[in-house]
Amino acid sequence: MRIVLVDQKGLEHELEAAEGWRVMEIIRDYGFPIVAECGGACACGTCQVEVDPEWTAKLHPPREDELDMLDQNYGGDWSRLSCQLIMTPALDGLRLRIADVALREAA
Amino acid sequence: MTQETISTDVVIIGAGPCGLFAVFELGLLDMKCHLIDILDRSGGQCAELYPEKPIYDIPGLPVVSGQELTDRLMEQAAPFKPEFHYNEMVEELEKLPDGRWRVKTDGGLVFEAKVVVIAAGGGSFQPKKPPIPGIEAYEGKSVFYAVKRMETFRGKNILISGGGDSALDWTINLQPVAASMQLIHRRDGFRAAPDSVNKMHKLVKDGKMQFHLGQITALHGDNGQLSGVTVKGNDGKDYQLECDTLLPFFGLTMKLGPIANWGLNLHENLIPVDTEKFQTNVEGIFAIGDINTYPGKLKLILSGFHEAALMAQAAFRYANPDAKVTFQYTTSSTSLQKKLGVA
Repeated sequence: MRIVLVDQKGLEHELEAAEGWRVMEIIRDYGFPIVAECGGACACGTCQVEVDPEWTAKLHPPREDELDMLDQNYGGDWSRLSCQLIMTPALDGLRLRIADVALREAA
Repeated sequence: MTQETISTDVVIIGAGPCGLFAVFELGLLDMKCHLIDILDRSGGQCAELYPEKPIYDIPGLPVVSGQELTDRLMEQAAPFKPEFHYNEMVEELEKLPDGRWRVKTDGGLVFEAKVVVIAAGGGSFQPKKPPIPGIEAYEGKSVFYAVKRMETFRGKNILISGGGDSALDWTINLQPVAASMQLIHRRDGFRAAPDSVNKMHKLVKDGKMQFHLGQITALHGDNGQLSGVTVKGNDGKDYQLECDTLLPFFGLTMKLGPIANWGLNLHENLIPVDTEKFQTNVEGIFAIGDINTYPGKLKLILSGFHEAALMAQAAFRYANPDAKVTFQYTTSSTSLQKKLGVA
């Protein structure tokens, strides 16, 4: 199982994904500069990703608290919080990019 | 105006869980602490981001909310009479000739301390700025992230953006003084108190304000003075709104802020420390909790507690190089129990 992360330069990265993992955790563990401040509690909105439009219908719809966080973080039409996306075989190949608002400042 | 300098053993930057527990550990060693926090209360992320969310990995507390944990840590620190300075951001850190540190805040407070402990988590909480191109040019002139005085907004044509309590509260409160009031939000659901949402809908129904769905994509104006905005509606079509003042309310985020200017080594916005003393590259400045980094670091509250305990021992030795330290347990030591007010 894998996800395809398109980085800010447009380069594609295939990340190995395990069932039951949060997409945020997979991105973070590969060392990509995602903020994910609250660590997956759906409390900060800084793990926002933009999901490829072809994939959005396959995701479960966002809960109210995820919508709240997307409100606060300028979510667009394809935005989701990656901490709320749990990997399943149906999501094998999920394509997304880290939203600009969720990128760590350059050190 | 000259501000009186506050002299103390320790200044702790950040009153989150790690800063609060550091008060306890330092207090057992007779070190008096002043805490400075940018928020208006203690608890840090626990209080600001997830006061009601359960935490399951605090040893001995199978489940505790962020607010409850904060309350208990405050209670545990209370015997040591920590002093709190809220709504203040530390701006400057300067070494004095006698080896102590001078700490200055943006509100003009000045401290002199033997030791500084940085327990600032992800940095300082600051208003989230919407990613609209060129918004910086308008900030402080016609775009504001907070309302300090309502009078500033009398007679203005105000557009408020957001769907939380701040957005709704200020919509309702400023509507009577504004020349016109508009609220824009990306959906028809709100995170705010239902009563505020009802009041807003009533104002719309009474023709006293307008509510729009969509997201601001561009600002228009001259020399920092806003004249209108472009909005992408939920139907995907652009439309224009006229306004002379924009108040975006998107909650708070954490920025490293002035810490970057204190001459400390930084690694990806974190402060490297050793794991014996949790000291930074500068002697006398310690860093604990989410803001530090070291091999194997885990961003856990319980790790921060451990770091606070070891840091306290090292900070005591640093501040009192000639004193003999005897390690004692609170269970058996009468002198520690006296400090805790239980003996």
